[in-house]
Amino acid sequence: MSALLGLTAHELQKLLRKKEISSGDLVKEQLHKIKQVEGEINAFITIAEKEALRKAQNVDKKRSRGEELSPLAGIPMALSDNFLTEGIRTTGASKMLENFIPPYSATVVEKLQAAETVLLGKCNLEEMGLGATTENSLFGSTHNPHDLQAVPGGACGGAAAAVAAEEAVFALGTDTGGDLRQPASFCGVIGFKPTYGTVSRYGIISGASSLDQAGPLTRDMTDCALVMNVISGHDPLDSLSVAPNNAKDYTSFLVNDIKGLKIGIPKEYLEGVDPEIIAWLQQAAAKLEELGAHCEEVSLPYRDAVLSTYQIIAAAEGSTNLARFDGVRYGFRAEGEDLDTFYKKTRGQGFGAEVKKNIILGTYVLSAERYETYYLQALKVRTLIKEELEKKLQDYDCLLLPTTSTVAFNFSDERAKALAGETAVLTCPANLAGIPALSLPWGRVKDRPVGMQFLGRAFAEETLFRIGFALEQKTNLTRLSPKGKGVC
Amino acid sequence: MGVAYEPVIGLEIHVELKTNTKIFCGCPMEFGGEANSHVCPVCLGFPGALPVLNKQVVEYAVRAGLALNCEIAPYSRFDRKSYFYPDLSTAYQISQYFFPICKGGYLEIEVNGEKKKIRLNRVHLEEDAGKLLHSGSSITTSDYSLADYNRGGTGLIEIVSEPDLRSAEEARIFLEQLHAVIEYTGVSDVKMEQGSLRCDANISLRPVGSTKLGTKTEIKNMNSFKSLERAVEYEIARQREVLEDGGVIIQETRGWDDSKGLTASMRTKEEANDYRYFPDPDLLPIVLEPQWIEEIKASLPELPTAKKDRFINELGLSQYDAGILTSSRDLAKFFEETVALYNEPKVIANWLMGEFLSLLNANNLEIQESKVTPQQMATLLKTLNKGEISGKIAKTVFSEMFASGKDSATIIKEKGLVQISDEGALTALIEKILAANPKSVEDYRGGKKNALGFLVGQVMKETKGQANPGMVNKLLQEKLN
Repeated sequence: MSALLGLTAHELQKLLRKKEISSGDLVKEQLHKIKQVEGEINAFITIAEKEALRKAQNVDKKRSRGEELSPLAGIPMALSDNFLTEGIRTTGASKMLENFIPPYSATVVEKLQAAETVLLGKCNLEEMGLGATTENSLFGSTHNPHDLQAVPGGACGGAAAAVAAEEAVFALGTDTGGDLRQPASFCGVIGFKPTYGTVSRYGIISGASSLDQAGPLTRDMTDCALVMNVISGHDPLDSLSVAPNNAKDYTSFLVNDIKGLKIGIPKEYLEGVDPEIIAWLQQAAAKLEELGAHCEEVSLPYRDAVLSTYQIIAAAEGSTNLARFDGVRYGFRAEGEDLDTFYKKTRGQGFGAEVKKNIILGTYVLSAERYETYYLQALKVRTLIKEELEKKLQDYDCLLLPTTSTVAFNFSDERAKALAGETAVLTCPANLAGIPALSLPWGRVKDRPVGMQFLGRAFAEETLFRIGFALEQKTNLTRLSPKGKGVC
Repeated sequence: MGVAYEPVIGLEIHVELKTNTKIFCGCPMEFGGEANSHVCPVCLGFPGALPVLNKQVVEYAVRAGLALNCEIAPYSRFDRKSYFYPDLSTAYQISQYFFPICKGGYLEIEVNGEKKKIRLNRVHLEEDAGKLLHSGSSITTSDYSLADYNRGGTGLIEIVSEPDLRSAEEARIFLEQLHAVIEYTGVSDVKMEQGSLRCDANISLRPVGSTKLGTKTEIKNMNSFKSLERAVEYEIARQREVLEDGGVIIQETRGWDDSKGLTASMRTKEEANDYRYFPDPDLLPIVLEPQWIEEIKASLPELPTAKKDRFINELGLSQYDAGILTSSRDLAKFFEETVALYNEPKVIANWLMGEFLSLLNANNLEIQESKVTPQQMATLLKTLNKGEISGKIAKTVFSEMFASGKDSATIIKEKGLVQISDEGALTALIEKILAANPKSVEDYRGGKKNALGFLVGQVMKETKGQANPGMVNKLLQEKLN
């Protein structure tokens, strides 16, 4: 197997610029790799082979004409299948959209196209982004490239697995309560959830509107910065996107210097975390100290309210976001003798159990008699959680905690699966507070990747990039290739 | 002894805002057009599509709110109202439940010469749904229904009155007055028959003297002022009968059937939806600058009540005339422009309310659609005043102006309608008539004075009405005496 496929986008770009390789050849190799491993990984729902090859040739032509190209031009990448792609099937891993060809593309997809990246295909995820193991997909489970017995995490398990298995150089996923960071951690890649509003939500199948944020899955921090440069920024089509003057160059944050940074480790969030992961956390703290940062334990007592608050808000918003899938205008439709039967059959047959559970919960917490007790209460507690984090982040530059409480567990491990929801307590705070969060690979436990998570102040992505970059430069713990394990 | 009941009525009025584009997307707001030709991922509720608020919609709502004496909320917000229906593309309507853009307010109406303040509860913003075309008479009895989302996403304001109305007539007058105010602000076409103004009525009865509200019913489907009045009248009578028979009113929504002249149950309270209102997380709250509200206030035109008072006090019109002339902004504008050119308000008022309105009604036209301009109108009335044409001829000329759009002078010239005031010509003609009617001349001279009328008529007939009637009278009498 070619050595090309383990490389990062910026490493590949050097070779492309020197014309040592062409994008066409790179994409062919990538597609070949996909065919080789997909039988076992199942990271993709749709492979856009023809479109990818055409695009790569196109970029090569532009390059041969000497046109100035973006740092990601010609780089093969993948998208979680909840990003709408015009003309390419977008399913949300649901029977509801099994044959849905979108008439338009998400804003970030258009931006990636304008940057001349090459879309290889659409990655598997939990149906409509709901779940934490990527088992509730119409298209079957995705397997963890580090160990095929293990889950890849979720909801965006396919996208994380694709990057880990070297089926794509980078990928985009969405993060509602850790859906990008948790699979990144399980699969040993970088997952970055930007500050809410940094990346446009337009054209991405909505999960929970006030929590959703798309972000990159990459092999290193430089790639993460390059992807952020393309996908971030104001979008007039998303009312909650950042102001037009918010443009940043994320590569300028790649500074190998974290001297004087104050890092808090919230002790409440370490409860229930695998002791071996705690050991890695301590090791990370020691490394940060060694590099000149200052780490100390801090307290965030609202931790116990995080999960229920998240579940109520996510279900409430999600239940109404999913209401548009009614079989009237697009997607799956069942026949019914009258309107009510038509709706019931369409939604009854079109959605899987996990989605229905979420709709029922959301409908319940928003019902006239429950609104105040559940939904309104959750909004108030969310404010408290947010304020608690913001206050702590006034005293500390960032917070350090594990991304998950265990490493990837086996498909057969029912007990671990039952607890998978609970582990989201580590990732949900960033969504509830709208703050940026980085999951960085950091060693292994029982041969399975561990992820460390850094939470920063809103719009202070710079701190997280500096930390990630410094750790990446000074250790070899952040590049966790599955080579020799799993299928690679 | 029977209990006397008092009706308590409140109205909910939906007004379509005449903005360039829809409330949450860039689709043009045009009436008609091929089905589903003014649609996009947002108003079709496609996955991932997000709403972005149209600033003009907010401005129009504030404009209407100020005209209705509302308090403009410095902070308002959108909520999702969830229910399934095929004309609602996202299965939730974006509306304002918790924090409406305008609060309170009132409208002054005049019933039988007495002024009455009708309080408003709120004015809030929301989006309209699309339209369904059923193969049968309703969605439940049709083999299929077609959905057209051109109207979906149109910006609406919903105006909710307090239950201050006490009769069907008051309800109609209130709606007419509201219609006029909104029309003046220019934020909507307010055409009931086209659905750009839609009215629902909440009606309950209570024993006279009681301050507690009775159980109400909500009446829908009225598409004219008259049908609102009839529907409310019918519903009051229906409820009174139920109560007098010892029955109870069931809280329900009832539909008005204009052809049958009755209301029928559509759904009861138990069947009503739980709309699960909650703040729409895709939209930011609306925070308004006081400065902007002031600017909108300063740009409001003179409103119907003020205009009516001015027509009465400054132009000397009657209550009735001023009321009719100010009922529509365009009618009032036409009137004022004509008065500016020919300062005879009462004459102009009579002509507008007589000839002009009857021709408009007969041709089913709005005043702004007519070919006659205020300049043409003023010129015609000046010609009449100078005695160049008779009142009767003026009416003929006006209907020709109305049909062709030509100036009165052109018509008078083309048709040779100039009044004959030439004494010589008239004397010659009169002598001819007198010679031909010796019996009438004899009758007149013998004391039958009404024979004069016959002779005048003969002269007018001979001149096709063009003879100056005053002169004919004078000359005839001179000859006969």
